[in-house]
Amino acid sequence: MKNTKFLMAAAIVAIATFVAIAADHIDAPAVQGGTSDITDFYAFQGENTSNIAFVANVQGLLGSGSDTQNAAFDENVLIEFNIDNTGDNVEDLVIQAIARDGKMYVFGPTAPSQTGLNSTIATNATNQLVVDITPYGQSANVESSGGMMAFAGPRDDPFFMDFAQYGQIIAGNATSFNNPGADTFAGTNVLSVVVEVPKSMIGGTGTINTWVESKRRQ
Amino acid sequence: MKNNIKLYAIAMLMSLVAFNCNNDDDSISQPMGPDFSGTYAQQDQMGRPAVNTVFVSSGMKDAFNTTVPSNQNASFQAMFQNNLEALSPAYANPGDTNALGLDAGAFTGLLATDVLNVSLDGTTTFFDGTNVLTGRALADDVITVELLLIFGGEDFSENPGLSNDNVDANDKAFLTSFPYLASPW
Repeated sequence: MKNTKFLMAAAIVAIATFVAIAADHIDAPAVQGGTSDITDFYAFQGENTSNIAFVANVQGLLGSGSDTQNAAFDENVLIEFNIDNTGDNVEDLVIQAIARDGKMYVFGPTAPSQTGLNSTIATNATNQLVVDITPYGQSANVESSGGMMAFAGPRDDPFFMDFAQYGQIIAGNATSFNNPGADTFAGTNVLSVVVEVPKSMIGGTGTINTWVESKRRQ
Repeated sequence: MKNNIKLYAIAMLMSLVAFNCNNDDDSISQPMGPDFSGTYAQQDQMGRPAVNTVFVSSGMKDAFNTTVPSNQNASFQAMFQNNLEALSPAYANPGDTNALGLDAGAFTGLLATDVLNVSLDGTTTFFDGTNVLTGRALADDVITVELLLIFGGEDFSENPGLSNDNVDANDKAFLTSFPYLASPW
């Protein structure tokens, strides 16, 4: 790349195709601002290094106070962690989370009845637990069972980025980021589902491919 | 006949218990569990951060969200490459790569299948200077990593003004213990 000058104009045109910048916040017209809008996905080794924690965040950019107070998981939206442990990018296992009457029900890891875009809920899964959704302003409710842990409720949005300056670059009002930058997501909340499982439940060793989906009841 | 009815009633009762009360089995009073029936159809999905936002053209974003990962490469890799080369024109030069040694085709071939690779054998991070794509930890500065891989050239030295947003950490400290995310504002 050393011999090429960066073409700012071309970059601005290309960047302008971004609907909005964020990890996955408001990424597409059908979901933006709705209850099925995934804002972020994380998967990392737990404090207990025999475990992997999965984090799905939905409904981003909630302000402090009533905005977060009034946010709720949609009972018609299934949050599904997908795990491929055979290298073909097709889910071998799913962890499903769905809210019912103030509780988050977690089913799996379990083999799904079908792969792909449509799911039914694996209520017969061997691995399952239920956790009370943590109300805004209260300390985190955590439920543990069979080596698994689960949490659901509002949290600080863990994503950070200077989106405002990015917008200035897109608009042609700036040619670079500021230093230091300003975190546009500071002070905003999301609704989080965190599920931690023993590695032994999802393959034990090697590399998994994983992604999260939101699915709405038909 | 009486015995048969009795047996049938017992069988009904057992099936109700076993299947945790379906809504239509209303002849016997039992505490009803939540209804988890029905089919749930996909609306959004995400593997690596910012992929749909950055590499998918306007108008195709919903389609990307409803294409299974195993089909994403075939459907979207060419679009990813076009958008990458428009965004960071150096990639259009033959042989130009990013710091991972990936040229435009290889880099977008990796990204178009939007799954997060996670190691079950140790450090899990998007990029920590040593480990690459072994997971995504909360504190990972994924946007700067992606800006560097898009704009930073072979050695992360190019386009420094665009390769780092200079926001390197979250606005609240993460927790060392489950559920790891900070309490809400």
